[in-house]
This record gives sequence, C-alpha cells and structure tokens, in this order.
Amino acid sequence: MSSDSENSEEKSTSKPTPKPAAKPTPKPAAKPTPKPAAKPVKKEPELPEFEKGLADKIVEKFAEKTQIAFVKPNRVRINVKREDIHDVAEFVRDVLNFDHAESVSGVDFPTEKEIEVVYHLGSYSDPSLSEQILTIATRAQREDNPLPGHDATKLPSLRDVFYSVEFHEREVFEMLGVYFDGHPDNRRLLLPEDWADLPPLRKDFAIKGR
Amino acid sequence: MTAELPPGLALQKVDERIMTLNVGPQHPGSGHMRLIVQIDGDYIVACDPDPGYVHRGEEKMAEYRNYITNIPHLERPVIHDSCNILYPYVLGAEDLMGIEVPERAKYIRVIASELNRCIYTMYWLAIYGIFLGHSTMFMWPAGDREFLIDLMEKMSGARVTHAHFVPGGVRNDLPANFEDVCLRQVNYFEKRIKEYAAVFYDNPILISRTEGTGILSRQDAIRLGTTGSVLRASGVDYDVRKKEPYDVYDELDFDVNVLKEGDSYARSKIPWLDMLESCRIIRHALQKMPKSGSVRVKLKPNPKGALDSVYKRVESGRGALGCYIVSDKKPEPYRVKLSVGSFRNLIAIPYLLKGEKLGNMPSVYWSLNYWPVEADR
Repeated sequence: MSSDSENSEEKSTSKPTPKPAAKPTPKPAAKPTPKPAAKPVKKEPELPEFEKGLADKIVEKFAEKTQIAFVKPNRVRINVKREDIHDVAEFVRDVLNFDHAESVSGVDFPTEKEIEVVYHLGSYSDPSLSEQILTIATRAQREDNPLPGHDATKLPSLRDVFYSVEFHEREVFEMLGVYFDGHPDNRRLLLPEDWADLPPLRKDFAIKGR
Repeated sequence: MTAELPPGLALQKVDERIMTLNVGPQHPGSGHMRLIVQIDGDYIVACDPDPGYVHRGEEKMAEYRNYITNIPHLERPVIHDSCNILYPYVLGAEDLMGIEVPERAKYIRVIASELNRCIYTMYWLAIYGIFLGHSTMFMWPAGDREFLIDLMEKMSGARVTHAHFVPGGVRNDLPANFEDVCLRQVNYFEKRIKEYAAVFYDNPILISRTEGTGILSRQDAIRLGTTGSVLRASGVDYDVRKKEPYDVYDELDFDVNVLKEGDSYARSKIPWLDMLESCRIIRHALQKMPKSGSVRVKLKPNPKGALDSVYKRVESGRGALGCYIVSDKKPEPYRVKLSVGSFRNLIAIPYLLKGEKLGNMPSVYWSLNYWPVEADR
C-alpha cells in the first residue's frame, strides 16, 4: 500500500530517474498494486500445517493452561501462566525436541501491571525443526516500587531445562528486575555493581531529555 | 534473606593455592570486558566473565526513536558488520509494515551483507593473529580489508557505519560501474586470502598452539546454545542462510563449512572458510542481480508497525543474529531486543577456559569470534 506512488511513477518513466524527494504525495490512483516481482509464494499453503501440528501437540498436553497466540510460517507463539512454564518447557524439550534458547526478552507493560518474559527457542539437533522458532511467553507481576530480587516480580527459572538461558536470564533480571527462582547465579551482568536506580528497561525509567 | 553484597565486594573464602587475576577491562587481550580468572599454578580453575563496560543501552534508545531514526544507532554495537546487525531489524520492520522489497534491493543487500561479513572477519583475524604473536597476520588482514571497505564506501558513502539498509530496501542504488569493480576486487581478495593458508593456517606454530585446546563437544555446543562459527566448528551443520533463507539466499549457490574437531584451530578456521564462500556468493549475486529497477519502496511519512510482534534472524559474522520487535501501532517500536551472536557465545568462555592453561587463554578466547561491544549492546 505504501508503494503505490513509487509504482505509478515507474510505469510512466522507464529511464533511470534519480531518487524522488521524500514528498508525501497522497495519490491513491493505482490502489491494488500487483507485486512487481511475481515471486511465487511457494510452500505458503502447507507450511503452517507443520506449525499447527506443533501448537496442537502443546494444546493437547496442557489444554486450557496454554493459549496459542499465533501460528505463522516458522513461528509459533504460546502464552503460558507462570506456574506452568516449567512444565511446558520440559515438555517442549523432551517431546518436541527444542534444545536451546535463542533469546530471552523482557517487555514491560506498566498499564497492565505485568512484565512479560519471552523465550525464543530453537532446535539444532532435529533437522525438521531447524527453521522453527517456538516462542513461549509468560508474565510476572509488576510492582511500582521495585526492589529487584526482594519483591513479588518473580518467575521460575528455566536454567535447569535450557542451560543456554543462563546469561539471558541474568540480563532480564538486571534490566527489568524479574527475579528467576532457581537460577544458580542471579548476579548483575552488564550494569555496574552499584546501580541503585530503577531497572533501566522498565518504561518508567526515562532517558534524559526525552 | 540477608542483603547480599554486590559480587565485587563479597568476601570469598579461597584456597591459598588459588590466585585471582583480573584480565581486563583495560587489557587489550580481553577486549572491552573483564575476565576474572582463578588460577592454580598454570591452570585456570574458574573464569567469570564480566561484560558491560561498553553497554550503551541500544535497546532502550530504540524505544524513543521511530523506525527510520533507529537505523544509524542500532548498527553501532558492531560497526564493522553494520549491515548484518541492521538486517534482522529491517526485515522485522518490513514484516510489521507489510512491505515487499524490490528484487534488485534484495541482491544489493546480500552483496553488502557478505562484504560486511568479510570486513568484520578480517578485523577479527587481524586481532586473532596479533594475540597469538603472529604480527604478519595482523598486517595482512588489516591491509586487505581495505579493498572491501573501498567497495562499501562506493556503495554507501561511508567506510564503516554504512546505515545502508532501510525498511523497504537500501538507501541508494549502486553507483555506475560498481559491478565490474566489485568483481575485480573480490577476485583479487579471494586470491589474497587463499595465501593466508600458507602463512597462517598451515603454520606449524599456530597448529601446535591451537590444536586440541579448548575443545567444545557437539553435545555441549548444542546445550550451551552457541551459534555461528563456534557451533559449526563443533560439527553442527547450522547456518541461518541455509536453514531459514531470507531475501535471495535460497537462490544462490554456497556451502556451509562444518568441522568436527571443536578445538580452537577449527573455530579459527571456519570464519576464514566462510570468507571464501562469501566471495562465491557475491560473484553469483552479481551475476543474477537485475541490472536495473527500483531499490527502495517509498515509505509513508512516519511509518507505523502493526499491533504485532516479530522475531527475525540472519547469519552475521558471529552467528545467528535475532531481532525481536514488539510494535503497538506507534511510529516508535514498543520494544526492540537484539539477540546477538557474541552474547550467546559468552556462556562458552567460562566453560572452555576451565582446566585450560593460562597461556592458552588468548587462543581460546579469541577463537570464539567474540566481539565484546556487540555482546554489551
């Protein structure tokens, strides 16, 4: 939709034009732009089948404890309650063969009084899963006056399930103040040892001048 | 629970045989980080990496700027490989905005990304060489990477920090005659790096210092979640370019280099072999690239992402590089998380150094293809 002005210009002139200035011309003349390079959308119909199967296996096992957020090509996301995340992670490792964490991110939602922790899991050992990323998200309670490690913002650690989350969870702890119960080494990683301010990736930690 | 002291202040009871050494953060051998090493005689008994000395809060800054103005600062963690670190962010932003990129732009991106991979790897190789006391291996890569830097300068206007990728394509079209110059330079570059085998990789001194040190088994490489050259040196055939091809990588011919040994020698050889593959990719991409056409989809002013989240990944010089973007229909992303290869390989440092001789520390540490600035973000 954003490419209509570019395309209509290309149709009129075929000589190489210099890049047009960023002049927003609201000209909705040729609305349904056909894709210029007619690249066949191959594998599009059958790929979500596989991801659907993955999602169904988790739902079959855990029923209403999990909620499928989306199933897209190569990406499945499930939302789990914090009590169940350890069981779901063990199931995902032992039955579905996901063997490492690619990334662990924390996202702060101050209006919902929750902090979301998102695990992106991948698999090296199972070739059929090599392009898949399974996303498991859970939420911890958020406190307005955080006391990292000593308040209710806690989640069970997945370090004993996926060894590779060790440093990622340490980073989430210092950046968002989510304490991981059962993590063997809940120390600061990137921040200075004497950091006494809010966890910096929380939304109420403001950058100066912004 | 008693209030615990910060780790630097806590008193630890140690064996009197054990000595604690701080390697870094100023010591050039560690990069911009500190390794707290405990040694017993000549052997390392424990190692605690302490990164964060170059933490710049890229992820926080990205929440305050819109999708376009994020580009120049998000590439800062690794300026030699700036195209690859922007790549997943740009792919994710395109996904959120629903943009289809022109075919020619995809090829330009692949060429720029491969050139950047070589530029980064040459810099790393120079450092690896000098820390093993091989000063020729510092001079040669540092000089030869200039050929490719010149190419990137022609393409983007900047020697490093190109900021060339934007959501919707690339910033500029290629200059006239770029294809010929690029082909000539890349062919010469390939001839040059093949000569490195004789002076460096087949050098008996290098082999005796690196072979059999810091062995990472296949199971441990998977369990630790390592990525990139570390993973492929341990016998796992995994490259995002092959496994989950982005842009036009599925149309190009290249092989994934895998070695089984898992030692420092194998880990240092994989990036060099990758550069030879990069030359192949660049030549094939130059041949298949459409000769003309648009290179950039024009965006609306202040483009907004859909109410969604996206995780995209590419293969950078240091392994898989993922970008998780959460969007809430504002011009600024709600959250940007970069999952970089260096940070993922950091966990291997204490694991590999334990039980190793102190003298082997540089060869093991630098063979991890680790870039401290990128790990800190």
